[in-house]
Amino acid sequence: MALFGMSVAMLALFVGFGLLIGILFGFFGMGGSFLVTPALLVMGYESSVAVGSGLAFVFGTSVIATLKHRDLGQVDYKLGVLMIAGTTAGIEVGKEIVLHLQELGLAGSIISVTYVVLLGGIGAFVTYEAVKGDGGGGVDHDVEDVDPDEDLSDDIPEIAKKIQSYRVPPMIDLRGGVSVSLWMILGVAFATGLLSGFLGVGGGFIRMPALFYLIGVPVPIAVGTDLFEIVFSGGIGSFLYAMDGGVNLGIVVPLLAGSALGARVGSAATSIVDEDEIKVYFGVMLLGGAVAVAVREIGNVTGIPELNVVSMVLIVGSALLVSGAVVQSSLSALRESNGSGSSIPD
Amino acid sequence: MIGLSGLPAWAEAAALIGVVLVEAMILYVGYGAVEQAIGQKLIDRLTS
Repeated sequence: MALFGMSVAMLALFVGFGLLIGILFGFFGMGGSFLVTPALLVMGYESSVAVGSGLAFVFGTSVIATLKHRDLGQVDYKLGVLMIAGTTAGIEVGKEIVLHLQELGLAGSIISVTYVVLLGGIGAFVTYEAVKGDGGGGVDHDVEDVDPDEDLSDDIPEIAKKIQSYRVPPMIDLRGGVSVSLWMILGVAFATGLLSGFLGVGGGFIRMPALFYLIGVPVPIAVGTDLFEIVFSGGIGSFLYAMDGGVNLGIVVPLLAGSALGARVGSAATSIVDEDEIKVYFGVMLLGGAVAVAVREIGNVTGIPELNVVSMVLIVGSALLVSGAVVQSSLSALRESNGSGSSIPD
Repeated sequence: MIGLSGLPAWAEAAALIGVVLVEAMILYVGYGAVEQAIGQKLIDRLTS
């Protein structure tokens, strides 16, 4: 029996993988989606299908997340529209680079190496910060009680204040009392769009810190605007890839079905488990993803197909490890709360 | 794949993205309803 051209076993595999990724996305607020494209590459899909389907998955996930955040008033629409303009150009350039590299037969290798560097770098940073124990290396997602109309300009990092001091006109006034050059916004948007189009990721794990550190947007507004923007960048990116046959619904539909459920579990767990306790696992998972892509590339170069299996086990295993740690910690915390008779948040 | 092969590329691409959009909204509403209906019972069952 087959649906969307996939066997039921493959559909079940994608639903299960989506569930793991959804738990990670719901809990950490970032990072889950950029395991999808490497996993699809490891499974032997063409680069354009892996990237295009990854983008379509990011689009669906961000629609769900934006629906959850829509009433919180955390979206700066002016900034969002400017980001969309810059990101669209970046995605188109990124997509053209992928298609050109694919013609040369280099796309898989170059995308894989970029993934190894990015995942490895971010994974090493998150692990280092978690081991150091100062709570850094991620984005605080407990932002729902912050009034987005409040003047938060005093909370802006020093580096953002320095960048904002270079007043290249036209200057744009943003929510939270921030004024920044249009060119800086477009530059950040183009760079993150380029990564989205090239790697098939939403770009949130780079755009969120960029909005905060480079543009100086307060975190609550950066979260909402980023989600709003990903709906469009993911939608436009997947549309562009779909035009060239790069979106496979047999991959996207089951992944999204699993991840939407997992995201509810993950976001519920944030009110029960201390993120810092789990963050070291998250860093190790990113490092596991980087090693998996590297192992796959070595397998391709040396002609050892068994390394593809090792790579797949590393990706699924590391996602399983961290999402399992989230669920296990949540259940332990709930049992402790029940035992002590204290109230449990929803 | 879903009977769109006769359409021009842009229309087929738009239809594919539309399917993902509709699925996302159905999942948001559907899982929300399921969570409301059985979420607390499930937590009680898991922690008892």
